[in-house]
Amino acid sequence: MELAIDIILLGFLIIVAIAVVKLRDLFASVILFGIYSLLSAAIFVTLDAVDVAFTEAAVGAGISSILILSTLALTSRNEKPSRHSIFLPLLVVIITGSTLVFGTLDMPAFADPDAPIHKHVAPRYIQDSYQEVGMPNIVTSVLASYRGYDTMGEVVVIFTAGVAVLLLLSSVRHKEDELSNLVDLKHHPILLYVTQILIPLILMFALYVQFHGDYGPGGGFQAGVIFAAGFILYSMIIGIDKVRETFTPKCLRWLAVTGVMLYIGVGIATLILGGEFLNYSVLAEDKLSGQHWGIFLVELGVGITVTATMLSLFLSFSEVRRTP
Amino acid sequence: MWETFILYSSYILLILGSFLSITFGLGLLRFPDFYSRTHAAGVADTLCAALIIFGLSLQSGFSLITLKLFLILLFLWFTSPTSSFTLASTAYRCGYGVKNKETGN
Amino acid sequence: MSSFFELYNYWIFIFLMMTGFYIVIAQGNLVKKIIGLNIFQTSVFLLYISMGKVSGGTAPILVESDVAYSNPLPHVLILTAIVVGVATTAVAMALIIRIQKAYGTIEEHEIHEQDASL
Repeated sequence: MELAIDIILLGFLIIVAIAVVKLRDLFASVILFGIYSLLSAAIFVTLDAVDVAFTEAAVGAGISSILILSTLALTSRNEKPSRHSIFLPLLVVIITGSTLVFGTLDMPAFADPDAPIHKHVAPRYIQDSYQEVGMPNIVTSVLASYRGYDTMGEVVVIFTAGVAVLLLLSSVRHKEDELSNLVDLKHHPILLYVTQILIPLILMFALYVQFHGDYGPGGGFQAGVIFAAGFILYSMIIGIDKVRETFTPKCLRWLAVTGVMLYIGVGIATLILGGEFLNYSVLAEDKLSGQHWGIFLVELGVGITVTATMLSLFLSFSEVRRTP
Repeated sequence: MWETFILYSSYILLILGSFLSITFGLGLLRFPDFYSRTHAAGVADTLCAALIIFGLSLQSGFSLITLKLFLILLFLWFTSPTSSFTLASTAYRCGYGVKNKETGN
Repeated sequence: MSSFFELYNYWIFIFLMMTGFYIVIAQGNLVKKIIGLNIFQTSVFLLYISMGKVSGGTAPILVESDVAYSNPLPHVLILTAIVVGVATTAVAMALIIRIQKAYGTIEEHEIHEQDASL
């Protein structure tokens, strides 16, 4: 039965990917990309990767599609037919694909429990994570505690992307007084009513996901993206000026910096208290509660930075002026 | 006896929901007009999600899973009719396929 | 050497990767290239996560009963990769908007013509 679900989902993925190649309407391509993301999130669930499925659905079908649609609104909607022949790219793709398939011939069978990948460091994470870190979600404990350096780099990457977009788009913005002419959907009474019911629930769900990342799928990234998505929905329906009053651009920049500084600050605090950088055990007397405190603060930093960056990305994109 | 009745009724609900989903999808592809396609998509989203979630909740009994499933259903029932209504209403306000019979596609 | 039935998952993911790769190198529109890049990235994530699956296992969240768990390490690496992917897409879209302002078009051959005629 699982095999049937896998085959059907993979078949849909192949159809969607080929359709994106063939279509020349870019709007339809973006929507198909969102469908591709959602289908791959479903495949992640069948592959037992629930955290990854959560993040892929929120980020791929949510934020990525919104950003590409905002770009499409500023450029053209249809693609012109390509000028050069298709044989050379097809040849390159076929050669690369066959090389990769040749490389997979030596791989162990799919879902083999005795594969070499499960023999090195993964048994230590699975068996010792509850005694050393003390939370049921092994992915969160590996992400925030065992591999804390990588997550720190990731937060800095998100922050850098926000800064880069601000740099690129700050010179093509509307002037301040033209912003209230942007279109919203306030005149639809049903949409307004349903949104006013749903947005508080969305924000509360984001807080739930942030703080329950220890016990189930969740954590800082997913929560930040859902939080930003709630505010993006508000700005699309009720108006962007209210969102800019609540989250002024200066406030968003300060929030993004606060998240990164919180993460690095936890590391410096552990250095001051005598341990290594990002060794959370020294944050409290008991090793396990030190780990809990460290992971709580670090995930909070991640959530704050992701929220602020995603919101500032969306606001930068929606303020670009239409006229050249 | 009661358990097999619940199990089989959940199977019937799941199969009915899937079959109706495929049928509405076929209608989405084959209807000639924008508004009938929007209607097919909107009804499909709401009805088939409800049938599938009822079937799944029969299988999971009185537990936290059923509560979460019903919360998902509530969220779907809020958002799916709203989105199809907004789509059709905005198209109508822009005069899409109403004034000019040839462009009604 | 494993047979076809144990490896077809990887081959389907490689086909999806090559579809995304083809969109990047063959299509001229810049936005379409970025969509192809995202499809490529998502297929690579699928390949990595499928390497970590253990048959008969469950999600790596500790429960009371005695079950096998899937490998949590690929999940962590791919979580980072997904977020880095969206950051890259955002910067790429901002660059495309600036290219549109500067050249008036986002088709690759028209941009090359304008550059060549300078």
